[in-house]
Formats: sequence, C-alpha cells, structure tokens
Amino acid sequence: MTRGGAISVRGATKVYDPDGARVIALDHCSMEIGAGEFCVVVGPSGCGKTTLLNAIAGFHELTAGEIHLNGQLLSSPSQPATPGSDRVVVFQNGALFPWMTIAENVAFGPMAQNKLEPKQAKEAALETLETMGLSLIANDYPGRISSGTRRRAEIARAMACHPQVLLLDEPFRALDALTKTVSHQFLMEVYDRERPTIFFITHDLDEAIFLASRVFVMTTRPATVKKILEVPLPRPRDFRLLASPDCQRLRAECQAAVRAEALKAFSVGERER
Amino acid sequence: MLAFYAKKLVKALASRSLRRGLFSIAMFLILWELSSRLGVPIVGAIPAPSDVFARLITELTNPYYWRSWGTSLTRIMTGFIIAQILGAPLGLFLGVSRKAKAIIFPLIEIMRPVPPLAWVPVSVIFWPSAEMSMIFVTFLGAFFTVVLNIVEGVSAIDERYLRAAASLGSSPRDIFWRVMLPASLPSALVGMTVGMGITWCVVVAAEMIATNTGLGYLTWRGYVAGEFPLIVVGMLSIGLAGYLSSALIRRIGLHFTPWLAVR
Repeated sequence: MTRGGAISVRGATKVYDPDGARVIALDHCSMEIGAGEFCVVVGPSGCGKTTLLNAIAGFHELTAGEIHLNGQLLSSPSQPATPGSDRVVVFQNGALFPWMTIAENVAFGPMAQNKLEPKQAKEAALETLETMGLSLIANDYPGRISSGTRRRAEIARAMACHPQVLLLDEPFRALDALTKTVSHQFLMEVYDRERPTIFFITHDLDEAIFLASRVFVMTTRPATVKKILEVPLPRPRDFRLLASPDCQRLRAECQAAVRAEALKAFSVGERER
Repeated sequence: MLAFYAKKLVKALASRSLRRGLFSIAMFLILWELSSRLGVPIVGAIPAPSDVFARLITELTNPYYWRSWGTSLTRIMTGFIIAQILGAPLGLFLGVSRKAKAIIFPLIEIMRPVPPLAWVPVSVIFWPSAEMSMIFVTFLGAFFTVVLNIVEGVSAIDERYLRAAASLGSSPRDIFWRVMLPASLPSALVGMTVGMGITWCVVVAAEMIATNTGLGYLTWRGYVAGEFPLIVVGMLSIGLAGYLSSALIRRIGLHFTPWLAVR
C-alpha cells in the first residue's frame, strides 16, 4: 500500500551568488522524512523553504550536502539536478497548462513518460478525475474554472504520475478560508487513499497542524530545522478537529516557535521574496 | 429563417451605440457630398461619394478590377506565407537557444528598423522579375514581426510551466512540442496579425512604385489618368482587403487557441 519514498536531507546548503552578494538560503539543513509521511514545513517568509523544495524537486543543485530518496542519491553539488516524475511539484501560483483541458493536463505526465499511449492516458485521466470527483470539469480549460478547483485539478495531475513524493509549495495560499478547508479535505482524502510522502510548505499554522504528521519549523535565513512537532492526531481527520484542545495546544507551541523566528527576520529587515 | 434575421436586424437597430455610429457615418457622407458639390477649397477636390459609388458599381463588373484584387492578394499571401515558413522556425530557434540568439539577434536588430519600402529599389535590382521583388518586400514586411513576436513569446514563457513539465517527467523534446509551442502561440498570432497589416501597407506602396498591376496600381492609375473617383474606389478596396485578411488571421488564430476564447 505504502508507495511513498523516504527523503533524507543531509547537511543541505545552498548559497546564491547574485552579483557577488552571497546569500545563504540553506545552511546545513538536515531532515529525515519517512516513507508515506505527511510533512509540513513552516517558517518565516523567504527563509529558504522553497529553496529546499526546489532542491528536492531537482530544479537546482545544492552548494553542499546531499539529498537521498529511498537511499539513492538525488542531489549533491557534483550531481546535476534532474527533475523527475517520482517527485512531482504543485506550485504556489498554480501551473496547470492553460492550453490544455483538465483531462489533457492530467494525461500529460503519463504521456510525457511514455508510459501510456495518448488514448490510454486520456482514459486513465478521466478515471483519476472520476475518483477525485472532478469529472465535471474534465473538458474545461483551466481559465474557465475557479482557483480552488484548479488547485485540486493540479493535485490530480500530479497524482496521475503516481509519485513517491508530492511536493507542494503553499498550494492553497491564495484561496479563501472556506475553499481552503474544502481543499484540505480533498488533499487528505488523496493522501489517505494513496499515501505518497508529502512535503508541504505553508505559512498557515492551522493548515499545518491539521494536515501534518510532523511539522518542521524552520529558522529564519539561512534556514535550518529549528523544531520538529509531532502531530499524533488519528486519521482520517475531520475539520472539526481543529477546535480540539490537543490541536490548540500544538498550534500554540508551533506559533511560539515560528513567531520567534519571524521576529528575528523582521528585526533584520528581511523582506518577502 | 428570414424572420429570424429580420428580428436580429431590428434588435441591432434598436441598440443606441449602433444608431450613433450610423448617424456619424451618414453625417460624414453628407458633409463630404456637400463640400464636393459646393467646391469647398482643398477638401472639395475629392470626388463626391455619389460619384465614387457610381464608379464602384461599374468597377464591380470590370474584370480588370477583380484581377487587381487577385494580383494583390496573391502577392500578399505568397510573401506572408514564406515569412511564416522561414520566420516561425527561426523565431522558435532563437527563442530556445540562448547562443543562437546572441549570434543572430543583433543582425536582425540592425535590419529590422529599415522600413520594408526602403528595400524596393535594391530588390528591383537584384530580383530577376518585378513580381519577385514585390513578393520579397511583402515578405520582409511580415518576416521581422513574425520572428520577433515568436522570440518574445518563447522567452516570456513562465518558468513554472517548464518546471512543471520537467517535474511531470517531460523530456526536453516533449517540453518543446507540448509546452513551448502552444505557450508561444498567442504571441505568434499577434505577430501574424500585425505582420498582415504591415504586408498590406508594403504591397500597396510597392505596387505604386514598381509595377502596373494590383490594387495599389489601380489607385495610382486613377490619379495618373485623372479618374478621381477610381482613386477612392481603390482606397476603399485596399481597406476592405486589409480588414478581411486580418479577420481571416484572427479566425484561424481562434481556431488554434481555443483556450483563449473562454477567458
């Protein structure tokens, strides 16, 4: 059942060097994420969370350190970064291809990997959409559907690749509160059904506690792991859970840690990036 | 069926903005007619709309008039299509390869500001026939616009789409065909529409200078022969031809970019 992959980040360091101004985005950051774990990463704005996600995704190389997936080296300074469909990214601003219908978008991955012929891929896509309750919009273009539905469709597109790891970079940031809770429910169902390993970045602490098995609180830049919070709440989870004392206590604990870092960032004049 | 269209027409006439538009056109025609009839200085020299209309009616049955249409359209389409065939791959290549862009782009930037019409004397010299030189300048008119718009379209593709495709397991080749091409299509279509407009400007002027066929020459002939209503008939025909060609491009464009229609 579990097909999620274990991610091991070891001493990951990333230095950007635009115009000689050395910016250390990640500083000896290490974390172990178990197979099929739902891991949420929170931290001040611009602290380097996305840098870490991009390194896992294979969009850029590390300056030092290594990242392993199931014991295999994914990324190191000497290994050129390669993205792959074993760890699919869902982007902050959404990246459904506007020139394809939702069904074509969902069929994109399996077709790109030459796993399926176009016709089979289309059928498989329709099935995926059916399972996820998105059949009605299969033939719509992304420009025609609401932003909340677009996010769900993008998650469906990612899951159609059956990735070991799902990387989500603040996917629900721009959604209104109501749409957000519905989207959480959706993601939870996907997770409970398929159990991929999830690496989820957010600023929303309620979201973090509600979704996560563990919450990683990052320090301000250069980012390392400041604190790890276990969220031992049973699954499947219901949105009413958020009002429970357990949840509230965890949230407060999480907030204290994040706030301390945010204050530090604020005082050195860190800007939103 | 007829009742349907009649109803549609009544409805359209009921629209206030349409009535205003018709009113201004009517006023314009009346003023034009009057100034011509009364011999108002300068503007009165233009033939009256009634004379133009009468001339148009006779021209409609004149094979020479329709041949002019045919000749100009053939020149336009030939030049335009060659511009697409050469320009689109070049634009894509320059958009994709940074090295190629660094090498070839400066050359294009030097050539581009030269107005296509400035090429007329040279092209008359080095092309064996007037027809070829005509098609060549028409081609030039569309070529640079087509190339630049595609380069721009490819360079402006959001990084997210390329990353998303790579993340979904796309090979570079697959990314080119299924991401870069469709993503740059809207911009390419803008280039085609603008290029089509330039093409008409170029062909008309070139026909006046370098040949004795086509709509441009028809208009010029009206001037040379002192048949002033023919000048205006020529002008109106060129305007209509340009409008129809652009409408055609837009129509084709819409067919290939269905996702833009839903916004």
